[in-house]
Amino acid sequence: MTFTYLDHNATTPLLPVVKEAMAPYWQGVTGNPSSMHRSGRMARAAVEQARDQVAELVGAHASQVVFTSGGTEANNLALKGMAGYHPAGLLLVGATEHASVQETAVALSHRGWLLEKTVVENRGRVLLAQTQSTLAQAPAMVSVMWANNETGVIEDIPALAEWAQAQGAVMHSDAVQAAGKVEIDFAGSGVQLMSVSAHKLGGPKGVGALIVDKSLTLEPLLHGGGHEKGYRSGTENVAGIVGFGVAAMAAQQHLQTEGRRLRTLRQQLERGLLAVTGIEVVAQDAERLPNTVCFIIPGVDAEMLVNKLDRAGFAVSSGSACGSHKAVGSSVLAAMGYAPDMAQAALRVSLGQGNTEQDIERFLTALAAQLQQLMPGNRRSLA
Amino acid sequence: MSKPIYLDYSATTPCDPRVAEKLCQYLTMDGEFGNPASRSHPYGWNAEAAVERAREQVASLICANPREIVWTSGATESNNLAIKGAAHFYKKRGNHIVTVKTEHKAVLDTCRQLEREGFEVTYLDPEANGLVDLGKLDAAMRPETILVSIMHVNNEIGVIQDIAAIGKLARSKNIIFHCDAAQSAGKIDIDVDAMHVDLMSLSAHKVYGPKGIGVLYVRRKPRIRLQAQIHGGGHERGMRSGTLAVHQIVGMGEAFRIAKEEMATEAERLRGLRDRLLDGLEDIEEVYINGDLDHRVPGNLNISFNYVEGESLIMALKNLAVSSGSACTSASLEPSYVLRALGRSDELAHSSIRFTMGRFTTEEDVDHAIELVKAKIDKLRQLSPLWDMYKEGIDLDNVQWAAH
Repeated sequence: MTFTYLDHNATTPLLPVVKEAMAPYWQGVTGNPSSMHRSGRMARAAVEQARDQVAELVGAHASQVVFTSGGTEANNLALKGMAGYHPAGLLLVGATEHASVQETAVALSHRGWLLEKTVVENRGRVLLAQTQSTLAQAPAMVSVMWANNETGVIEDIPALAEWAQAQGAVMHSDAVQAAGKVEIDFAGSGVQLMSVSAHKLGGPKGVGALIVDKSLTLEPLLHGGGHEKGYRSGTENVAGIVGFGVAAMAAQQHLQTEGRRLRTLRQQLERGLLAVTGIEVVAQDAERLPNTVCFIIPGVDAEMLVNKLDRAGFAVSSGSACGSHKAVGSSVLAAMGYAPDMAQAALRVSLGQGNTEQDIERFLTALAAQLQQLMPGNRRSLA
Repeated sequence: MSKPIYLDYSATTPCDPRVAEKLCQYLTMDGEFGNPASRSHPYGWNAEAAVERAREQVASLICANPREIVWTSGATESNNLAIKGAAHFYKKRGNHIVTVKTEHKAVLDTCRQLEREGFEVTYLDPEANGLVDLGKLDAAMRPETILVSIMHVNNEIGVIQDIAAIGKLARSKNIIFHCDAAQSAGKIDIDVDAMHVDLMSLSAHKVYGPKGIGVLYVRRKPRIRLQAQIHGGGHERGMRSGTLAVHQIVGMGEAFRIAKEEMATEAERLRGLRDRLLDGLEDIEEVYINGDLDHRVPGNLNISFNYVEGESLIMALKNLAVSSGSACTSASLEPSYVLRALGRSDELAHSSIRFTMGRFTTEEDVDHAIELVKAKIDKLRQLSPLWDMYKEGIDLDNVQWAAH
């Protein structure tokens, strides 16, 4: 049986070109970038080249890139790092944030921060005026994700950043799902802190970055040695960072063509899904990532369907890999106003490099077969 | 130009080819690249199975239970998580921490941070040989002491602390004992139960594994609890969130498996190489060995060459990849704080070289290094007015230098 991977928002396979670039750093001596001798200096040069490449992808300056162990650490560093240098105030986070922002925000609420969530419309985007009217005071920090991991909905980050700035707040955006899929311009966005991750864009797991505006000072999360200009101590993951750099470069090169290709595949998938009575594509008319479709099949247990599809050879998910919402369904959909039975009937398909038209056709056929079994009374056709 | 001889295995080690081969199978579409947190398809399950196998391999080297292994991004994060995590969780029990002046920066800087948060930290002086005096440690412990953090093997001088005795002492007073074992794992035996260790930091890239991955061992019986330092998703039983870097974890597992298998024979070989290096350098005039020679890991030799300036020595030895002090502090021109803590003068601390040998070091490498060091020391001393004065019998310590 062939397996078709349709879960690229959980993680992506490494691009072959990335593996090739990383391989030399696992063969022979790769120095410690802090060492002064030649192998140390070569490792340092490789790290700095990758810093340029990552900066280039997101429209930042290399000096603003702080390498971390991944998106989760970057989100933690952004919020806790700011909180370390700020008197406790109001922290406003998006209602549909990833667990690493939500749970970090909760941790800060135990340190005296007042935690508020944004009001979102039914397509998942922040409603600024309504949100503002619920706030007891001006926020000191705002964190809203660039694009949602479950629905793919893209937020109007520059508008939010402008508002945050007018409120005197520091603006952070988790761009883990957006970077490499849509164009991001950190410098032009007005955002001061932005998280990115390598393994969501064809790079390796275990490496990410926080982009930090130079006007900010952060308290580090990890102490000891003062690496990454004191923001993040620890011997650099040289191979991982090199892989991140090359993956970022590849993503940038193919951003337009791959974006168009995936968008076409997504449209093919959505046409097939919408031909079935009752299926709803979440936030269908919102601006979304070209690769992500979240859809609801009312009356179906998504968890069970995902398992059946797996046995048929298709890897999809019923929400984020990092959320543990087994019984309650996706918190993202709940925040968007979906009832629990709808949230528990939602599936996510996230496309990536290897996927083809044939994959989509085969997936639609397999889904139709499953639905036939689950609801034999219903006549469904999936084109 | 030929590559310099690598004698800096305490800074980092090359990946063992067997490790590289293994971890490369967990990256691309034709391998296992899944997210272990994905519960709904075999991409995730296979990744999770690989992670659990590696957990067993790491646990096995330190005689721990796999469920006591928490993956981190490296020993620096492990040290941060252990010390801050325990201090924050147990702050109601007390606010005092004991550590030693020769610890790694990841421990010392973390303790400094806790001081800023209101904790009290005692930084013990080691003895002149680098070892901690148990009586002095005992005396430093107070009723409000919640944590003792002492490294197993020092990264600069390679000395081995009596961890079992320290652990026993801490346990008898109900104080949590954290041990940074980044430099000892894979070099000497570790048994967390016999050593009464509660928390232990481990790193892959010092044991021929990849950079960017480490472990914190967290004891289950008696249970040690920590406040998480990285939140989001609740991975690693809530102690450390974030997508697991499967290939790196697999690499660390394989590296630790190999280390366990080959440690005994490899230690013997490295001791031979170290003795060969020592024999070759010992007869140079005015050399001083830093740190106890008996209680020391096999591959380490740290020597001060008196009347030679450290930075020019490193420059002269550019065909050797060696260091003066640890890599994490080598960017600074300050003399090694470890050697200063041993009571070495600034001059001797400044003129020290750390040679650390490892799996791929050969007798030829050592012989070549000896030859090179001898020639360069000779040359540098010929240029040194201090050396001339010393040879003329002038007591340099009592010279009154004129101010300019």
